[in-house]
Amino acid sequence: MQAALTAFLMVSGAIFCFVAALGMLRLPDTIIRMHAATKAGALGSGLIFLALAVFYQDLSTTLKALAAVFFLLLTAPVAAHLIGRAAYCTRVRLSPRTWIDELSHTCRWCELQPSCDPPESPDPVPPKQAATAIPEKPSETRR
Amino acid sequence: MSQLFVLNLFLAGGFAVIMGQLNLTGLISGFVIGYMALWITRPLYGPSRYFERVVSLIKLAGTFLWLLLVSNFRVLWDIITPEHLSRPAVIGVPLDAKTDLEIMLVANMVSLTPGSLSLDISSDRTILYVHLMFLDDVETARREIKEKIEKRVLEAIR
Repeated sequence: MQAALTAFLMVSGAIFCFVAALGMLRLPDTIIRMHAATKAGALGSGLIFLALAVFYQDLSTTLKALAAVFFLLLTAPVAAHLIGRAAYCTRVRLSPRTWIDELSHTCRWCELQPSCDPPESPDPVPPKQAATAIPEKPSETRR
Repeated sequence: MSQLFVLNLFLAGGFAVIMGQLNLTGLISGFVIGYMALWITRPLYGPSRYFERVVSLIKLAGTFLWLLLVSNFRVLWDIITPEHLSRPAVIGVPLDAKTDLEIMLVANMVSLTPGSLSLDISSDRTILYVHLMFLDDVETARREIKEKIEKRVLEAIR
């Protein structure tokens, strides 16, 4: 029973990790690739840690596995958020299927790139479809 | 509140030690039994929201695990089938979360839910910009994020 549960958790974790790696190759743009890398990766490694805790039923291994899962779930989204935001703000080309972009005028993250357009000028890349449900504030400066 | 939590942890540890089960099963059953014991003797501690808060934390964890599983399969399906079904979009979600901790938890939960990734927050901290992998209807997606994730996070920590 315990061995079967361990094997099931291990194999499903490995499948999720594999799919995450495959997603890095197959998905169309950087931000969508981050979806695959964070979630499937976190779920896959979480399942493998869980298998470890089920297999070695003692306190120190269990606590270590739980702590590892906790920090994984705490840090993976932060990394994904920062990479995604950096990609967006340096205007990495989004997939042509992106059909709404409400952030297109608000991003002013030019500290690392002094050569990019000055904050006063409007964004040179027009949005795919101007969504008006949320008013955007183009004149805001970051920090 | 936090005193009750420490007391409950203490009861869980004590139960695990006495039963000789120093593992996850022992700690969890000790926590559940300690929780029930504290709940029975509730009038002794004065007004406290500890009991409701534990329930809403468990609900939050349940919702979260369910979302994690369900939408992972959607991402998985899009990766392993040859054609791309994704309809990516960036939308703004108005936030009710106010403090740093609340915003961080909501943004982290949104990022961990597959199919959505929090990209940025407006500088007046009222709008969270979310990248969605499968967007069919903007209003539905907004409502789902607000009701399924934000409401439960705020319930659990406020």
